[in-house]
Amino acid sequence: MASDPVLRVEGLRTEFATGDGPPAVAVNDLSFEVNRGETLCIVGESGCGKSLTALSVLRLLPRPYGRIGAGRVLLEGRDLVQVSDPEIREVRGRAVSMIFQEPMTSLNPVLNIGRQIAETVMVHEGLPWQACTDRALEMLRQVRIPEPERRLHEYPHQLSGGMRQRVMIAMALACRPRVLLADEPTTALDVTIQAQILDLIRDLQRETGTAVLLITHDLGVVAEMADRVLVMYAGSKVEEGTAAEIFDAPTHPYTRGLMGAMPHLGGAHGGRLAEIPGVVPALNARPKGCSFAPRCSLATSRCHVEAPPLRSFAGSHTVACWEVGQGAAA
Amino acid sequence: MNAQIPVLEVRDLVKHYSVGGGFFGRGRKQLRAVDGVSFSIGQGETLGLVGESGCGKSTVGKAVLRLVEPTSGQVTLEGEDITSLGSAALLDRRKRMQVIFQDPYSSLNPRMTAGEIVQEPLINFGIGSRAEQRDRVALLFARVGLRPDQRANYPHEFSGGQRQRLGIARALALGPSVIIGDEPVSALDVSVQAQVINLMMDLQQEFGLSYLFVAHDLGVVEHISHRVAVMYLGKIVEIAARAALFETPRHPYTEALLAAVPVSHPRARRARTVLTGDVPSPINPPPGCRFHTRCPIAVARCRQEEPPLVVDASGHGVACHLRATTL
Repeated sequence: MASDPVLRVEGLRTEFATGDGPPAVAVNDLSFEVNRGETLCIVGESGCGKSLTALSVLRLLPRPYGRIGAGRVLLEGRDLVQVSDPEIREVRGRAVSMIFQEPMTSLNPVLNIGRQIAETVMVHEGLPWQACTDRALEMLRQVRIPEPERRLHEYPHQLSGGMRQRVMIAMALACRPRVLLADEPTTALDVTIQAQILDLIRDLQRETGTAVLLITHDLGVVAEMADRVLVMYAGSKVEEGTAAEIFDAPTHPYTRGLMGAMPHLGGAHGGRLAEIPGVVPALNARPKGCSFAPRCSLATSRCHVEAPPLRSFAGSHTVACWEVGQGAAA
Repeated sequence: MNAQIPVLEVRDLVKHYSVGGGFFGRGRKQLRAVDGVSFSIGQGETLGLVGESGCGKSTVGKAVLRLVEPTSGQVTLEGEDITSLGSAALLDRRKRMQVIFQDPYSSLNPRMTAGEIVQEPLINFGIGSRAEQRDRVALLFARVGLRPDQRANYPHEFSGGQRQRLGIARALALGPSVIIGDEPVSALDVSVQAQVINLMMDLQQEFGLSYLFVAHDLGVVEHISHRVAVMYLGKIVEIAARAALFETPRHPYTEALLAAVPVSHPRARRARTVLTGDVPSPINPPPGCRFHTRCPIAVARCRQEEPPLVVDASGHGVACHLRATTL
C-alpha cells in the first residue's frame, strides 16, 4: 500500500486576490499523497486551509478571486492543474468525487434522488437511462438505504440528515471513483448517525479500494478512520505521519495542543483542559516565521522570523518545528 | 457542592407544540418536544443534559427559563415556584437565572459596544450608579479574560471564543445562581472550546454557580458535569452521577450513544453494534417505550407499556423495563 499513490499533491499554493496588495496565501506549499485503499485525514481548525485543499484538487475554488498559484495535483500522473475545463469536468464526479458537510445544499431539491444519481452515471458513462436508474437503485442498496425502490422516487426534503448523506455517498461512488474527497462528512450529524456513516465509508472503501481524503476538525473521527494523518495550521502542513505515530507521539506543539484540548470519554475529567492561547490568525494577518509561534509556549526569537521546514522525525513522521524533533533530524 | 439544597428543581415539565393542520387548524397534531421531565440541580453543581437532535434538550432549557411557556409542569428556583409568576415578577427572578447560547453572535446586539452589552442588564434592573456599573463591567471583562480596551469594540470585531466570553460576562452581570448553557461550546474550535470550558469551570468554583449544561458532545459533557441526564424523544431515559453514567450505563440507548462516540486512539478501534435507523418523529412517538423501535433488547412489553424512570438508592435513574433495578 505504501507505494501506490493515486493522488499526489506537490507544492500546492492556493491564493486569493486582494484589492491591491499581494494575494493572500490560503494554502502554502502543501504536498501529500494518498494511496489506493488508504484513508488520509487532514485535520485542523477553522481557517487552516483544509477545505480549500480539497477544493483545489478539483479546481472548485471560488471565482474570480481564488486560484492555484503554484504546484501540481497529480491524479495517476496527470496534472489536474493543467488540464482543460472540459477535462476537469470529466474528472469531477467520475475519477474524483466529493461529499460535503451539508448534503441538503448539494442536492437538487426539485429532482427525486433516483434521477440525481442516475444523471451522474449518464453524464459520465453515457449508458442508456434504464441502466443508469438500475445503477442508482444498486447504489442506494449499497449505502444501505432501507426500501430503496421507494426512496428512489423521494425528494431530498423527505429524507433525514443521515439518509441525505447516504444519498450523497451513493452519488459520489456511483461512477466508482478512484479518489473520494470527504469534507467534514459527519460534522452535522448526530453521534449514532455519524457512527453509521463512518462504518459505511470504511466498508465501501474496503470493497472498492477507493482512496479517501477525509477532512475533519474532530480528532475522534481521525482516530476512527485514518491510516495516515496530516495536521494543518494556518495554511501549512505542520505534522504528518501514520495514525499510530501521530497519536502515540504527537510532536508539533500545535498537534499536542489539539490533543490536550479535546475532552474525550474516559479522559481525566474535572481537571483543566490544555488550552492553546489566542486564536488562529486571519488570512490577511498571518505572522512572519512560524505561523504558530504567537500561540506557542516553546517559541524562540528564531520562530518569529524564520518559518521552520518539514523535517523527518522518525519513520514516515515529519514535523515542521525548530524546537522539537531535532534529535532525529538527518 | 451542596446537592442537598436544590437551587433549581423541575417537575414533570411538558412542552407540546401544535403543528401542521389546514384551514381553521383542522388536523393539527401535537409535537411532544418535552414530555414529562424532572430533575434537580444543587448549588455549585453541573447537570449535563445530552441527547441527539430533536430529543427536546434545548426546549427543556428554554421552558425552564420560560423563554417558551411550558404546557405543564413546575419549575422551582431557589425554593420559589416560578411557573405561574406574572411577567414583572418573572423578569425579577431572571436576575437569578441566566442563559448562554450556542451562537453568541445572534444574541448580541450588533449596534451596541461590548461594554454596553454587559452593562445593559445592570441598567435594566437599576443596579448601582453609572460609575458603579462601569466598574462592575470592567471587573467582569477582566474576569472572563477580555481586555479593558475591548469594551469599546462591537460584537463583529470579536472572534467566536471572545464573543462567548462576552455572553458569559453578560450572564454574570446580575450575579445569578443558575446559568443555563444551550450548547455553549458547540460552535467553537477545539482549542477555543477548551478555553471556554475552563473558564466556565473556574467561574463555577468562584461563584458557586449551578449549571444546566445542554450539549450533544459526550466528551465535553463528561468533562464538565457532576451528574448527567440522557434524553430521548422528549423524555429522560437515564440520569446518574457522571461516573455511574459513563462507566456503568444501564439504559440501552445510553449504551448505544457511548458506543457511537469516536475512539480517542486508533488502537482503541473496535467493531461495535451501531444503532440502526433514525430517531422517530416526536409528533407520533412510538407507543410503549419510545426507544423500542431501535432497541436491541426490546421485548413485547416494551411495545405496549411505557417504562417509568426508576431511581435507585444511589440516585441512578433508568427508564427501562429490563434494566431498572427494582428496590
